[in-house]
This record gives sequence, C-alpha cells and structure tokens, in this order.
Amino acid sequence: MRVGIVREVGLGERRVAATPETTKRLIKLGFEVQVESGAGELASFRDEDYEAAGATLAKASRDVWATSDLMLKVRPPDKTADGDHEADLVREGSFLVSFIWPSKNPELLARLATRKATVLAMDQIPRITRAQKMDALSSMANIAGYRSVIEAASFFGRFFTGQMTAAGKVPPAKVMVIGAGVAGLAAIGAARSLGAIVRAFDTRPGVKEQVESMGAEFLELDYQEDGSGEGGYAKEMSPAFIAAEMALFAAQAREVDIIITTALIPGKPAPVLITTDMVESMRPGSVIVDLAAENGGNCALTHPEKVTTHRGVTIIGFVDLPSRLAPTASQLYGSNLCHLLADMGGGKAWHVDLDDEVIRGALIMNEGEICWPPPKLAPKIPPAPPSKRPSTRPVSKRESGAPKGAPQADPKPKERGASHGHGHHGPARPSPLWPMVAGAAVIALASHFAPPAFVAHLTVFVLACFVGWQVVWNVTPALHTPLMSVTNAVSGIILVGGMLNVSGPLSSPATILGAAALLLAAINVAGGFLVTQRMLKMFAKSPEDERGEKGR
Amino acid sequence: MTSSLATGLYLIAGVLFIRSLGGLSNQSSAKRGNLYGIAGMLLAVVATLAVAPGGYGVMIAALCVGGAVGAVLAQRVAMTSMPELVAILHSFVGVAAVLVGFASYLAPAEELTGAAKSLHEIEIYVGVLVGAVTFTGSIVAFGKLRGSIPSKPLLLPGRHAMNLGIFLASAALMVPFLGGHHGSAVWALGAMTALASLLGVHLVMAIGGADMPVVVSMLNSYSGWAASAAGFMLGNDLLIITGALVGSSGAILSIIMCRAMNRSIVSVIFGGFGATEGAAPAKGAAAPQGEVKSTDAQAVAQLLLEAKSVIVVPGYGMAVAQAQHPLYEAASLLRKRGALVRFAIHPVAGRLPGHMNVLLAEARVPYDIVLEMDEINEDFPAADVVLVIGANDIVNPSALEDVSSPIYGMPVLEVWKAKTVVVTKRGMAAGYAGIDNPLFYRDNTLMLFGDAKKSVDAVLGALTEGTG
Repeated sequence: MRVGIVREVGLGERRVAATPETTKRLIKLGFEVQVESGAGELASFRDEDYEAAGATLAKASRDVWATSDLMLKVRPPDKTADGDHEADLVREGSFLVSFIWPSKNPELLARLATRKATVLAMDQIPRITRAQKMDALSSMANIAGYRSVIEAASFFGRFFTGQMTAAGKVPPAKVMVIGAGVAGLAAIGAARSLGAIVRAFDTRPGVKEQVESMGAEFLELDYQEDGSGEGGYAKEMSPAFIAAEMALFAAQAREVDIIITTALIPGKPAPVLITTDMVESMRPGSVIVDLAAENGGNCALTHPEKVTTHRGVTIIGFVDLPSRLAPTASQLYGSNLCHLLADMGGGKAWHVDLDDEVIRGALIMNEGEICWPPPKLAPKIPPAPPSKRPSTRPVSKRESGAPKGAPQADPKPKERGASHGHGHHGPARPSPLWPMVAGAAVIALASHFAPPAFVAHLTVFVLACFVGWQVVWNVTPALHTPLMSVTNAVSGIILVGGMLNVSGPLSSPATILGAAALLLAAINVAGGFLVTQRMLKMFAKSPEDERGEKGR
Repeated sequence: MTSSLATGLYLIAGVLFIRSLGGLSNQSSAKRGNLYGIAGMLLAVVATLAVAPGGYGVMIAALCVGGAVGAVLAQRVAMTSMPELVAILHSFVGVAAVLVGFASYLAPAEELTGAAKSLHEIEIYVGVLVGAVTFTGSIVAFGKLRGSIPSKPLLLPGRHAMNLGIFLASAALMVPFLGGHHGSAVWALGAMTALASLLGVHLVMAIGGADMPVVVSMLNSYSGWAASAAGFMLGNDLLIITGALVGSSGAILSIIMCRAMNRSIVSVIFGGFGATEGAAPAKGAAAPQGEVKSTDAQAVAQLLLEAKSVIVVPGYGMAVAQAQHPLYEAASLLRKRGALVRFAIHPVAGRLPGHMNVLLAEARVPYDIVLEMDEINEDFPAADVVLVIGANDIVNPSALEDVSSPIYGMPVLEVWKAKTVVVTKRGMAAGYAGIDNPLFYRDNTLMLFGDAKKSVDAVLGALTEGTG
C-alpha cells in the first residue's frame, strides 16, 4: 500500500503530515511512502531526510495524489495554487486521513463522495482512553497552549520572572489562564517555567488538582456549580454562575498582565468572557491571547488571525498557533497518524473495522458513502457511585479549549481496561443461557422426586445464591480483604450445625464431633469478625485531619 | 422458645448477614456492616441455644474457648500475615463441616426412610466431601503462603487424570455408603474423606504462588458451599443462606482475580498454569536486551525531590519487608512539598484480594490517593517518577508486548511510560510467575537493590536530609 504526503496548500500552513521519523515508522508498518518534493520544507524537514528515511520523492503533488492508495494530510483538502481542488485529485476508491471538520465542510464531503473515497477525520477520533495516542486535537492543543505563551511573551514588554538586579527591581508578570484543558494546562506550564505567577480558572472543579499540579493557583468562585459536561468538555453554565465568573474576570483583569483564554463549549460559539470594559481596565502593555479566536473569540475585541491593539492592550487572535511550531506539530501529528494506521492493521493487514469504536468514530465516509455522524453507541455506563473518591478521578487529557473549533465529541462509554468491580454487571459477566436452562431442569426434576422439605431448602439456597451474587459485586475492590475475612467469620455459622449435634449424651460420638466442630467454628467467628474490625479501623479517609482534630 | 420463633430469629440473622456484605460496598459503611455481621451471629447462637434440647454446658464451653482463641489470633496477627490467617480460618470451616457431617450421620435427628433417607445421606456425603477438600486445600495454601511449603507448583504427570480418578472413586464410594444400614457405612464415609483430603492437597499443590489470591478466594467459596451443604443435612435454612452468601462471594472474588490475571478460572482450579508454559519462554529467545542500571538511595531521593508527580506501585515485596510505614512517611513528606503522590494498586498485587489496600490503610495512607489500576493507568505517562516497591509481574511490559510471554494479555500497570521508574528489588530473581521482566532493562528504569524496607528507609533518610 502506498502512502502519499503532499505539501499543504492552506495559506500559511507550515505543518506536514509526515516527518522523516514518522516516515520510518510508516515503512516499518509495511507501507510504501511517497513524498512531494518540498513537502516538509516549511517545517524544516529536507527532502534528503525523507529519502534517507526510505521515502520516494515525487516532483508534483498531482503525481502523489494520482498514485497513492492512502493520502495523509493535515488540513482538509482545499484549492491548490494551480486552481485545482485537492478533493478532485483524490484517486477513485482511495483512502484519505486528515483533519476534515465535517460539520463545517459539507460541500467538501460532497466532493469527496464523488471520488468514492474512504475518509477518516482526525478531528472525529473519539476522546476515549484507548484513542489517546491518536488524539491529534490534544496534540495540537498542547502546542497551541505553549505557543500562546511564547506569542504573549514576544508582545509583552517585560520579563516574565521577577528579578532583583543592581539596576532595580522588576516585578514578575502575572498570567491568567481561562480554561484548563490540554491547551490551558500547556499554557500554564509554559508560563510557569518562564517564571510568571500563573492563575487559572475552569468551570469544572475537578481540574483544580491538575491546575495546581502545574504550579498555578486555581481561582475559585463562591458560587457552586459543576461545569463538567460529556466527554470531558465543559458545558454551558447558568446565568448566575456566569455573572459570578464575569465579576471574577473583571477583578483579575485589573491585576494581571497577560490573559490567555481557551474556553470553548462544543457545538456553540465561544463564550465572550473578556468584555471591552475589562480590556480597557487592563494596564497598557498587557497582552491577551485568544485561543478561541477561530470560533468567535473569548474576548469581545478579538480579530481572528490578527494582532490588534486596543488602548495599549495587545490582543492576539492567531488561529494557526500549532503551525507556528511546525516541526513539533508535524512530528506529533505524524505520530498520531502512525498510531491510527497501526490500529487499522498497517500496510500488511489494512482494513476498516466498523466494529472498532475509534475507527467508526473517525470514519466519515466509506467508499463514497457519507457515514457521519456515527450512530450513537450505547448510553454512557453509569459512573461509579459518588461515594467512591469523587474528586480525584482525573478529567485529564480532555479539554475545554481546542484551538481549532472543537466539534461535539460523541459521548462514548469510557473504556475500562481490566475487569473490576463496578460497571461490570452487564456484558462482562458470563451468563450463557444453557447453564440456566440446565439448572432449571435439575430443579424441576429434583422438586418432582424429592420430599417437599428438600425443595423448600433448595428454594432458599438458590435465592440466597442470587442475593449474594448481587450484593458482592457492589463491594469496592479496596475492601476485598475485609470481605474475605467477614465472609470467613460468617461462614463460621456452621457452629450452629455443631450446636445442633451436641444435644446427645456427652460420651456419644456425635456430641464429641459436634463440640469439636463448634469449637473450631467459634475460633473462626471470633477471629474473622475481630480481624475485620481491626482492618476497617485502619481505613480512614484522611488520617492527618482526624489526628489534627483530636489534638485540638 | 418455640422452633418457629427460632426460625424467625434465623431469618433476621440471615438478613443481617446480607446487610453485612452490602455494607462493604464502601468504606464509610463498612464498619457498620461488620457490626451487622456480629449481631447476626449472636442472634443465631442465641436462637440455636434456645431450640437445642440440651448440652448447654458443652456448647458454652466450646464457644468460649473457641472465641477466646479466635480473639487472640485476631489481635496478634500482623497485617502482612493476613493471607495466612484467612487461609487457616478457611480450613477450620472445612474441618467443622466434616465433623458436622460425621456427627449428623452418626446421630440423625430423626429416623428417615426411603428417598428421604437417601437424600439426607447424599447431603451428608456432599457436605463432607466439600468440607474435606476445603480443609486440606486451605492447609496447603496456608503452608505455601507462610513459605513452609515451596510455592512452586507441584506438577505430577497425569495430574488431571489423577484428580478425575480420585473424584470418581469418591463418587463410587457413595454406593456402599447409601446401601449401608444406619450408621454402619461409616467406613465408606471415612474412606471418601481421606480421598477428598488428598484431592484438596493435590489441587492446591499444583497451583503456583502467583495464583494464590485466586486460590484463597476459591477456598473461601468452598467453605461457603460446605456450610450450605451442612445446612441441607441439618435442614437449617440459616446455614443454607449464609453458606450460599459466602460461596457466591468467594466465587465472585475468584472471577475478579482471574480476570485481573487474564486466565481462565478452570485452569486455576485444576492448577498448573504458568508452570508448563512458564518455564520454557523464561529462557527462550525473547530474553530482554539491554543493561541494568543500579542506583542508590541518595539519587532516588534527589529524583523524588525534583518530581512533581510520583506514583508508588507496591507489591508483595513491600508486604514482606513491612515497608509501608516508611513509604508513607516519604510520601507525606513529598506531598507537603507540593508533589502529587499517588499509590497504584494492581488487583492481584499481594497474595490476597485487596491485600495492598489493607497494608496501606494500616500505614494510614488516606484511601483517596490509593487508586486502582483502571483509574491510574493512563496517568503514568504524566508521572515524573514511579517507585516500584517489591512488585514484579504486575509491572511486566511483556504482558502487553510479548505474545510468547505466559502472562501475555494480563492487564498490568504501565509504569514504563513514566519519565523515570525506580524499582526496589532484592536481586535480579524472577517474580512469582517465574518470568524475566524486561522493565528492568529499560533505559528509563533504575534499580535500587536491597530489602524493600531498608531501601525505603534509606530513601526516607536522604529525603529528610534533602528537605531539612
């Protein structure tokens, strides 16, 4: 199978879909790689390096399009310099993997459909654990976040880090990041390592820990509302919450030097969080970087793709931040592609598996048939009971601020790696039909021949098995050892059996045996319960707090 | 007291037992659950005392002695020897079931005839069989957990045929047993008990140390079924209910453990996994390449002080060395400095389901920083340092990468994705599954050789110096 890489035609696009390094990986996966001469030029990759990696070079992009089975691209197909449209160049029946943004580009889909193409959109990869290695949106958001700080720094007239020099004192820069998704967190990290004081805000309280782990202060509102939406994105908040939020931003705007906004709500225009008043209240020389510029902007004064100044405040609305870090962006995007192609069988066992949730999510066109949006899968598995570590389960690796107009991610059940405890009541439990039928037959037979007393006991037995089965699946894995010791104690109930046999004369064998059984079972009961009690005493939520309270 | 009142009390006791297990669904209600269990047991004893026609003195004496022994055991046992305690307690239930079976055969409560008599005797027979297997199986498990019996699986040639033979012989002995007159066929019952005991020994001997969590769960299940069988022979519903609860609980735990190790429950029950397959590839072609880099406590402390995110992966080695206390001290020190410290628990870490959780709880590690494999596996790439304390197979990358590996397909903690992995280990010996671990040869892995406790103590010392 031959993979084709062309020079991107979008204006100002510097990225390329494969680097010499990912080319090597593609070849290892069993593909043949064909690269248009100069494809990597703007990302600082030379033709020689591609050749050295094992690719063949083609002079014209047309040739690449015409002779490749699988085209890899960064941007959706677009008009070329010669006036052709890349979508028309797609070889009939071939594959295309790229960012597509199908909701914004219906006409592009129609064009591709006429080519009988099979198209996978990198922007549609479901954001589930297993697909993280192919999540190009996160890779790009990470870069955008980093780059936003670099852009801000280049327009900002002061040091980020505070310094005491012989010539006087320089205060550190204060940075506020709104939206702590991948981009936001990357921005926090970059600004922190430049030495700035960083604060961050997000509507999802769960990300507080992540923000703090990056070394920023998490800004909190007095107003309580959880903004965690489906698929790790933020949801739209209530008016009261927004009012409180705006008050916080207004107060912060007067204080900070740099604001980086990354707030996006899937399927909606970006919320305006920084009003004209707030911009005007900022000190001259301050900088705002609006990562949501492409979707309308979080700042009222943002002009997409442009840098503007309003009363001394620079507002940066670049929408091509990843492209401004082209070598790294290409490398990460290329790796995401390699992972996807590897999952699809590589060059040797290439296939489109419609049952694979990830592939089905990304597949927007199959041999010319538009199949986007994918059918909704089973509803979300109910989350684990809230009693179980409510806030520490990280919402990470998702974001509220993709720089490139994050689409609505379909809510997909979060994958659980291994089998464990909760959430496994359904398909994971082996419940083939025939054992049940066999069991029913045995019971029916037994109840026909056996005395009624036995049948009554059997009823109790079977029902108790079911009750036990239901109850025990709910036990939290951390308590499995206490569960064993408590069931151990409880199984000491056999002492009742011992007791019922002791009733005879002291010397009869039954009495002696019964008493021995009773003795052993009693050890079990006492030992089991007490050791459980001992263990459970140790399970304390936060021992330091408890100790502290007692000490006071 | 009338017997129907006693039945009512039994019913209440049964409900209390169910609530007791239900209480364990989370930490906050667990203690109450245990109290329900105790209350249920007291109620059951009182009700039984009330209906028993006599022999109170013997009963109360036996209860007191047994209770006292149990209480002392429970107080004395170290949290690290919990698996042994659980195993030996299982054997008591097993032997009690055998004794009750014999007693009930020798002194039937009422004269039965025809089908009812046969049925009663079958119940006795089954109860004794299950009890005997539980008894000897648990004793062997106890020995293996203590280390007094080698933990390597004992694989006799034709062991499956042997098991089947013993089982068939036991079944065949049922014929003379049922044919015998009341009490006269006790020899058949005895012979079967001996056979079943042999079966129990052989079944557990054939199981390797790594599968111990499953075995202990299985024995837990068996002890429940034994109690249930006793309930059938005595016509006592409380025993039936309780036994069924315990039986299904143990069965579920076994299933969970098996899934966590990616093996079929059948192969664990019949034993011998990981030995036949395990021995060959260990020396096979896929011997890991690369160099082992060893380090010292000072360097590890330095790494930890610089790290923002630390994940600790404890294993059986931590339990053996009792390293959980200094480990938590080190963790809280790092936490105070602002690092994110978490503990990652593999479902089969240790020798008992939930073993690591118990030890960490003993060291007073707050349970909200102790995460399960599913919760933390995706966070390893973001971790600066992963500290593997006495764990081996559960962090073995061959489970995901090497198709020929006997543990291929078993879910493992993907520690190697972190920036740096520090592994404390006594030496380069293989883990319980008996296979080499390529993790130790990775570029980002540092080995800290030595006893887990001593290593952690040394790291803690260096940390205190570094921060003090």
